[in-house]
Amino acid sequence: MAAQKLPLAKALNESLRKALETDPKVLIMGEDVGKLGGVFRVTDGLQKDFGEDRVIDTPLAESGIIGTAIGLALRGYRPVAEIQFDGFVFPAYDQIVTQLAKMHARALGKIKLPVVIRIPYGGGIGAVEHHSESPEALFAHVAGLKVVSPSNSSDAYWMLQQAIQSDDPVIFFEPKRRYWDKSEVDTEAIPDPLHIARVVRDGSDLTLAAYGPMVKVCTEAAAAAAEEGKSIEVLDLRSMSPIDFDAIQTSVEKTGRLVVVHEAPVFYGSGAEIAARITERCFYHLESPVLRVGGFHSPYPPARLEEEYLPGLDRVLDAVDRSLAY
Amino acid sequence: MTVESTAARKPRRSSKRVSAAKKPQSSEPQLVQLLSPEGQRVEHPDYSIDLTSEELRGLYRDMVLTRRFDAEATALQRQGELGLWASLLGQEAAQIGSGRALRDDDYVFPTYREHGVAWCRGVDPTNLLGMFRGVNHGGWDPNTNNFHLYTIVIGSQTLHATGYAMGVAKDGADSAVIAYFGDGASSQGDVAEAFTFSAVYNAPVVFFCQNNQWAISEPTERQSRVPLYQRAQGYGFPGVRVDGNDVLACLAVTKWALERARRGEGPTLVEAFTYRMGAHTTSDDPTKYRHDDERAAWEAKDPILRLRTLLTEEAHADDAFFAALEEESDVLAKRVREAVRAMPDPDPMAIFDNIYADGHALVDEERAQFAAYQASFAEEGN
Repeated sequence: MAAQKLPLAKALNESLRKALETDPKVLIMGEDVGKLGGVFRVTDGLQKDFGEDRVIDTPLAESGIIGTAIGLALRGYRPVAEIQFDGFVFPAYDQIVTQLAKMHARALGKIKLPVVIRIPYGGGIGAVEHHSESPEALFAHVAGLKVVSPSNSSDAYWMLQQAIQSDDPVIFFEPKRRYWDKSEVDTEAIPDPLHIARVVRDGSDLTLAAYGPMVKVCTEAAAAAAEEGKSIEVLDLRSMSPIDFDAIQTSVEKTGRLVVVHEAPVFYGSGAEIAARITERCFYHLESPVLRVGGFHSPYPPARLEEEYLPGLDRVLDAVDRSLAY
Repeated sequence: MTVESTAARKPRRSSKRVSAAKKPQSSEPQLVQLLSPEGQRVEHPDYSIDLTSEELRGLYRDMVLTRRFDAEATALQRQGELGLWASLLGQEAAQIGSGRALRDDDYVFPTYREHGVAWCRGVDPTNLLGMFRGVNHGGWDPNTNNFHLYTIVIGSQTLHATGYAMGVAKDGADSAVIAYFGDGASSQGDVAEAFTFSAVYNAPVVFFCQNNQWAISEPTERQSRVPLYQRAQGYGFPGVRVDGNDVLACLAVTKWALERARRGEGPTLVEAFTYRMGAHTTSDDPTKYRHDDERAAWEAKDPILRLRTLLTEEAHADDAFFAALEEESDVLAKRVREAVRAMPDPDPMAIFDNIYADGHALVDEERAQFAAYQASFAEEGN
């Protein structure tokens, strides 16, 4: 396999397969990841090819999944744990925040915790409660964790490889509504580093910064704005911890305007952190305040309302217009 | 110390050795006991132990030195050298008995009170004091002595032990893993999940619960309606209650449970029935919630005194041994005292060390900013 078009979920599957082939210490564990191949089929066929010892169906206990993944990592394994849905991660939150994130520091660096936690996240699939949330800020806030999210198949493939190779715990948020979107994956390419942002569309009037499922919305918004003569630059941040502030700064110094877009609630969201830091770094370059588009300070709404809740083309363009109006 | 070679290997099913008349009265049901509170050897139908005089003296020495170290740490807290201390007073037999049942290649996941187990693993006692002094959060290399960092959040480590044991099984090794926790922790979801995971994966792990009767101010009755060892039955593995103040029984039962794990028979729950003679920590005041007469009743079951009685009455040790041990205790206490007082505060820049193994841009940025801020004071001072 060299370059080919793959759905994002299939790219993840290929990436996991590659990791299992390359490193005998890599394990996959989670609810329904084995025989079923995961509820989104991201691990489809892996147990059949690598056995129950390496692709492990776990009891339905998220804290147990992460707690035992920590123990396996201490024994020298590299577990890739799946949390079935974003809203199911919280029983494991204690193990992730209290144990996993801090253990390397508590041992003064003498032990490493190469644990990857894959979490399908975000809305837009018409799901029931607890299946559409975007809790990335709750993890990015915690020192000791790294948090990333791919927006396309190539990044899905490569960023997962890099996350598994990392000696740090990585929370890997998968944009579940993009699982079926196809884009090119070159498995022989030289990938960008894991934590850098990427310009996915050049522009000069305003910068749109997004990650995961919102990158597509932003590139579509930029294309729509172009028809009105507005030149929008789109940044795919890719990593929420660390955030590539240098890349955002470079873009904002050029455009003078920044709108950050995410599905997660705006309040205390990653957009707030970006706004604060970019205001500090680019104060004399900014033509308007940094604006944010995201979820409301509400529980994720029932599926029939999610179109209104999620930032779509119109809400992004509205923010673009408000920024340009300053 | 080589008690491994002579301790109980297998439960003995013969009941011929038991003499009901000789069996001491015990108020607790189904308590495995091999050494009575009065210092008499007793037989048990399922567990036995046969130790040399030297090995018995070794267990005694371990318990005495651990208690002396513990007392010194309490004193150091009172002197302001430590911010906090969690005393193990009264639990020496549970910790030394189980700790001496381990092989070097076994792995220990402790709470924050396993000073006696740490001693058995060869962890320098002064290493335990860093976190209580406030100079680190643990800091020792867990792989040096196969002794994980102290875990403060109750019960979390039982899952780490289970995962580690799953890894041991995957490696095809015959090592075992032991997870320490308390009666309070038995209520935690993580402990229940550890029981589930270890059972369904048949992980080679021993859950060693020191039921010291009190979770700060809450008695065990606040945690469970059934004796804790019976919890194991619901998960499909054996649970045993052992006299936690009987070092011989703790050694024999833990040894048996470890051997089960090594043979691929899966997890075991050992409930060591003991008593926290002191406060929960130096910040606690047990007079607010328990009576002195309860403590007095347990004092009569002291783990060290009963072994001393055995050593003396059966002539395993002479006065010279006890005198030398007292001297050794004082030397240890002095060494600990001096080491703690000499323990330097960490460099402020250590805040930024070891947060990530592969680095993190924000940490680098904040480190540089803080270094510049610190340096600005140095310049002012010049």
